[in-house]
Amino acid sequence: MSRYNFAYLDEQTKRMIRRAILKAVAVPGYQVPFGSREMPLSYGWGTGGVQVTASVIGTTDVLKVIDQGADDTTNAVSIRRFFARTTGVATTTRTDEATLIQTRHRIPETPLAPGQIVVFQVPIPEPLRWLEPREAETRTMHALEEYGVMYVRLYEDITRHGRVAQTYEYPVIVNGRYLMRPSPIPKLDNPKLDRSPALMLFGAGREKRIYAVPPWTAVKSLDFDDHPFEVEHWDRPCDLCGARGAFLDELIVDDKGGRLFICSDTDFCARRQAAGHGPRA
Amino acid sequence: MYVAVKGGERAIDRAHRLLAEERRGDPAVPELTLAQIDQQLAFAVDRVMTEGSLYDRELAALAVKQARGDLVEAIFLLRAYRTTLPRLGVSRPLDTAAMVARRRVSAIFKDLPGGQILGPTFDYTHRLLDFGLAEPGEPGPTAPVEDATGREADPSLPRVMDLLDREGLIEGEPAVRDDGRVGDLTREPLTFPAGRDVRLQNLARGDEGFLLAMGYATQRGYGRNHPFAGEIRQGEVSVSLAPEEIGFPVEIAAITVTECQMVNQFKGSSSTPAQFTRGYGLAFGSAERKAMAMALVDRALRARDLGEEPASPTQDEEFVLSHSDSVEASGFVQHLKLPHYVDFQAELVLVRDLRAAHGSSAPR
Repeated sequence: MSRYNFAYLDEQTKRMIRRAILKAVAVPGYQVPFGSREMPLSYGWGTGGVQVTASVIGTTDVLKVIDQGADDTTNAVSIRRFFARTTGVATTTRTDEATLIQTRHRIPETPLAPGQIVVFQVPIPEPLRWLEPREAETRTMHALEEYGVMYVRLYEDITRHGRVAQTYEYPVIVNGRYLMRPSPIPKLDNPKLDRSPALMLFGAGREKRIYAVPPWTAVKSLDFDDHPFEVEHWDRPCDLCGARGAFLDELIVDDKGGRLFICSDTDFCARRQAAGHGPRA
Repeated sequence: MYVAVKGGERAIDRAHRLLAEERRGDPAVPELTLAQIDQQLAFAVDRVMTEGSLYDRELAALAVKQARGDLVEAIFLLRAYRTTLPRLGVSRPLDTAAMVARRRVSAIFKDLPGGQILGPTFDYTHRLLDFGLAEPGEPGPTAPVEDATGREADPSLPRVMDLLDREGLIEGEPAVRDDGRVGDLTREPLTFPAGRDVRLQNLARGDEGFLLAMGYATQRGYGRNHPFAGEIRQGEVSVSLAPEEIGFPVEIAAITVTECQMVNQFKGSSSTPAQFTRGYGLAFGSAERKAMAMALVDRALRARDLGEEPASPTQDEEFVLSHSDSVEASGFVQHLKLPHYVDFQAELVLVRDLRAAHGSSAPR
């Protein structure tokens, strides 16, 4: 790999991306267009996250990569290897040891700490996209803070289903100003965005946008006074570590309706088990 | 006791080994060389260079070989390589009027200065499988064909558009940016409305199948613009660079391109006399289908500039330019293979809740 620069991207490109990141941090929740590069990774597979990570990673960083909360899913393995190969930095599966966490679809269950950076892979950054397909139009709507359509959409859910039927990429308002689409994390993770001690960076490579939630920034999930925001819950604990309140994956274990529910955060679950927590704890 | 599935790492390694094995195929069959691909699968190489936006026959042949003939994958490989290359300079605009043409046809004048040059084309072949090709063999002795290639650039091969322009029959070339620079969407994000420079770059890199379908749709009435193939020419043009420190242009390469200039329905009003309009297509190598489709789509996308009411997706800049790129499209469509357990689980929880609530509130 010696023919490639540290973390693959050339320094000019990293500088360009860091400028976009700085702007994103300065205007929380605002989608900053950037000159996304073609990466040796398929679009839709984390090209945005990889570019953000490559631009902020340094030799002393400790990197963790998760997909669906797990460190051992194939795409997480592939991205972790990419950085191990192009940077030589230390990697870890432990959330508390990592200085930099690249993630797809989850925020770790273990509370984040000041100084940590979480990089999200984002497929579609625009929260208004399903309501208005045109970019020129949605940018104007953001400029005018014209978010009524999103409330109408949530209200329509309530009239139809008696509740908001949005389970992931649940829209939030960042710092009281910009409507933001949390990369498709389940809404159970939304509260973790609010006033998080960690810096949250969102990279959308194909759509060429970067946005950010700086540490300690208010992030409010949209709701109504009579229909407050709620997260999903399972009426059973994790079948491996007994955790309650964690996001559980469902596994089909036989063809007779057998199910197991286990933490999607593999690091969290494994460490609880190692600490002696069991199914009935 | 259930043990969570581990071993993504091992699975990936083995998948890579299997892939390498499959790529090579039966070792008893001789391995392809890059020269064979370059020479005998030249259209594949041309397409990969065009949509990969890198003119390098050898690297494109390597990409075709590595991708086992999957051209979209080969384009992706070439793009991922191209993105790492430094930008050393910007060439001067190609002068296609000075082309050493191997093929040149106009569908709007029976004869014209320089003449019609049919060149090597599939057009009038009968599409009968040539079983003689099934077994490799030396071609039989045939009389050598006098070829346009190698001739000096024919000074009497003026562009048809320039001939029309002389009479004022066709609109002038749409203006370039005020500062004379051209955009580059591999360095800057695409914004709307896009300039024509960026639009043409997008279309040149765009998927041939997508452009073909879009161009075809314009012919069937979705954004119809009454095209005539004003001129199609294919051949060698020189690329020159004028570095500031030297102060004069230096020829750095000769490349083969295919250019298509469409002449489209005229416009005019009580205040301005009628004039034909233009659509433009350019591709590396021999790529006539691509260049023609590109010219149709370029013209369709000029609707707004020309004061036409855009009524079809083919005239909708955001629709066309956002979805033309095969590498973007292929990646995003196929990302659905990645795990979505978490989002799906969230949906499962909700749907089960909704169904339970529905059951308990339904009249008995």
